[in-house]
Amino acid sequence: MIRFVGYRLLLAVPTIVLVTFLVFALMALSPADPAVAIAGDDATPEQLAQVRHDLGLDDPFLIRYADWGWQALQGNLGVSPVTHQSVLSDLQFRLPITLSLLLLALVFSIVIGVLLGTLAALNRGGVIDWVANGVTNLLMAVPPFVAATLLVLMLAVARPLFPATGYATVTAGVGPYLTYMTLPALALAVIPAALLMRQVRGALIDAMEEDYVRTARAKGLRTWTVVGKHAAKNAAIPVVTVLGLLIAQMLGGAVVVEKIFAIPGLGSASVESVLTGDLVTLQGLVLVVALVVIVVNLLVDASYGYFNPKLRTR
Amino acid sequence: MPEQSMPEQSVAQAKTAGRRRSWRRSRVMRRLMRNPAALAAMATLVILTLIAIFANVLAPHDPNHVDLQNRLLAPGAGHLLGTDELGRDVLSRVLVATRVDLLASLQAVGLALVVGVPLGLLAGYAGGVGDAILSRIIDALMTLPPLMLAVVVVAILGPGLRNAMIAIAVLIVPSFYRVARGSTQSVAGELYIESARASGCSSWRILWRHILPGIAPPLLVQISFSASVVIVAEASLSFLGLGARAPQATWGLMLQEATASITTSSYLIYPPIVMVAITILAFSQLGDGLRDALGRQSNEGK
Repeated sequence: MIRFVGYRLLLAVPTIVLVTFLVFALMALSPADPAVAIAGDDATPEQLAQVRHDLGLDDPFLIRYADWGWQALQGNLGVSPVTHQSVLSDLQFRLPITLSLLLLALVFSIVIGVLLGTLAALNRGGVIDWVANGVTNLLMAVPPFVAATLLVLMLAVARPLFPATGYATVTAGVGPYLTYMTLPALALAVIPAALLMRQVRGALIDAMEEDYVRTARAKGLRTWTVVGKHAAKNAAIPVVTVLGLLIAQMLGGAVVVEKIFAIPGLGSASVESVLTGDLVTLQGLVLVVALVVIVVNLLVDASYGYFNPKLRTR
Repeated sequence: MPEQSMPEQSVAQAKTAGRRRSWRRSRVMRRLMRNPAALAAMATLVILTLIAIFANVLAPHDPNHVDLQNRLLAPGAGHLLGTDELGRDVLSRVLVATRVDLLASLQAVGLALVVGVPLGLLAGYAGGVGDAILSRIIDALMTLPPLMLAVVVVAILGPGLRNAMIAIAVLIVPSFYRVARGSTQSVAGELYIESARASGCSSWRILWRHILPGIAPPLLVQISFSASVVIVAEASLSFLGLGARAPQATWGLMLQEATASITTSSYLIYPPIVMVAITILAFSQLGDGLRDALGRQSNEGK
C-alpha cells in the first residue's frame, strides 16, 4: 500500500510541474503588468524598471519559473501585490473553508444519490425508478449558480431558515457548520447527486444480475443483506470512480457558490484575484487546487483495493 | 499503370462509402425520430434558434431602454415578464440574451472544434512522441476543475464576453481532443483505411476524407454534451462578472442583476433560470438520444 501511494505520488510530480508551468507560461503572455499594479499608474519608467528588477520580472522566463518552483518547494508562494500578504498564509486560511464546504456537499450527494439510486435499482421499471429518473434528468439541468439562487430565495429569503451569507468550518462545531454550510453545500450537491444516482442505479443493476447475488438470494437472505453485504461492494468501484471526478467538478462549482454565499474560500479567491489582476495569488491557487485534485484521485485509486481484493497491489 | 487505375478505384470506394454513410444516417435519423425525448430536445433547440435569429423582431421593447419611472414592475399587461432594476423590459432582454448566449456558445464550440479535432486526429493517427507530449498537456489541463481553468484563462486575457468564450473553448478542447484521438485510433485500424493507404492516398487525404467522416458520430455526441457545458460555463462566468458586461443581456448577467433585488422582486430570477435550464436539458437530451441512436459507433471514442 505504501509503495503504491509512493509510486502514485511520484507520478503526480510531472503533472504538477506541467500544470503550474502551463499556467505560468500563460500568465507570462498576459498583458497585465504586475509592476504597474505595485508601482501605481503614474510611476515613471525608471521606477517601473526598478520594481521589475526587484521582482525579478526582467529575468528570462525559464529562470523565473524555476525560481518560483524552488520557492514553492520551500513553502513560499510569494507575496500578493494587491493585499501585500503572504499567498501561502492566505491560502492556508482559505483551504479548510473550501474543504469543509466540499465535505458537506459530498455527504449530501452521496446520501441523496446512493439512496435514490438504490431504490431505483431495486424497483427497476417501477414507479420509484421512473420518478427518480425523471427528477435526476431535471436536476442535471440545474447548474450550481442556479441552484444557489433558488435555495437562497426559498430557504433564506422567503422562509429565513438559513442565513443567506456567511460560513463556518467543520471545526466550528456541528451547529454553526450545518447552519451556514447547508445551503451552499446543497447547491453544489445537486448535479453530483443526480449523476451518482444514475451511476449507483446502473452499477447495482449490473451487480444484482451476478451469479453470487442469485446464490445469496437463493440461500434466503433478505434483500437488504444481499444488497448491503454482497452487491454494494461490487457496485462501489464505478461509483467511487465517478465520485473522484465529481469532487473535482464541485471544486469548480465552488467558484460560483462561494461567491454567492460570500464564503472566503479558494473559489472566491480565484474570482477576486482575476478582478484585481493578482496573478501571484492565482498561480499559488492553481498549485493548491491541482494538489487537492491529485490527492482525491489518489484516494479513489487507493480505495479500489478495499472494495475489490483482486485489485490489491502486493 | 497503377496511377491510372487509382482514380477509378477511389471513385468506387467513395461511392460505397457514400452509400454506406447515407444508409447509416437514415437509420440513425429513424432511431432518433422514435425517441420522444430527443425529438422534444430538437424541437426546443429549433425554437431557441428561431428566437435567437428573430430576437429583435420578437422583442416588444428596446432591451436596453432604461425607464427609471417604471423600474421593478411586476409581470403584467405592459411588460409580460415585468421590468428590472433599471426599468428595462425583462421579456425583451431574455429574448435578446438568447441570441447572445447561443451565438457565444457557437463560437466557443467552433473554436474548440477547430483546435481540438485536428490535434486529436493527428495525435491519434501519427502517435509517437508528439502524441505523448500533447496528451500529457491535455491531461494536465484536465487536472484543474473546469470552471477554475476558465477563470485562470480569463485572468490572463481579461474579462469580457469574447475572452470568456476563448476561456470556455480552452475548457472543452480536451474533450474534443480525446474523442477525436480515441476514435481515430480505433478507425485507423479499419480495412477501408488500409486500402486507402494501399491505393496511395496521402496522409492528409486519408485524415480528411476517410477518418474524419468515420469519427463524426462520437464527435457529434460530444458536441451536443459540450454545448450544455458551454452554456453553464458562460452563464457562470457572466454571473461572476468575468464574462459579458452590462448593459449587454445574457442569462448569467440577468440572473446576477436579479439577485440584487431578490428580496423584493423575486420574479426577476425566473426567466434566465428557465432559459438556462431548458437549453441545458435540450442539449443533454439530444446528446443522450444521439448516443443511443448511433449505438456502438459513438462509444468507439470512449
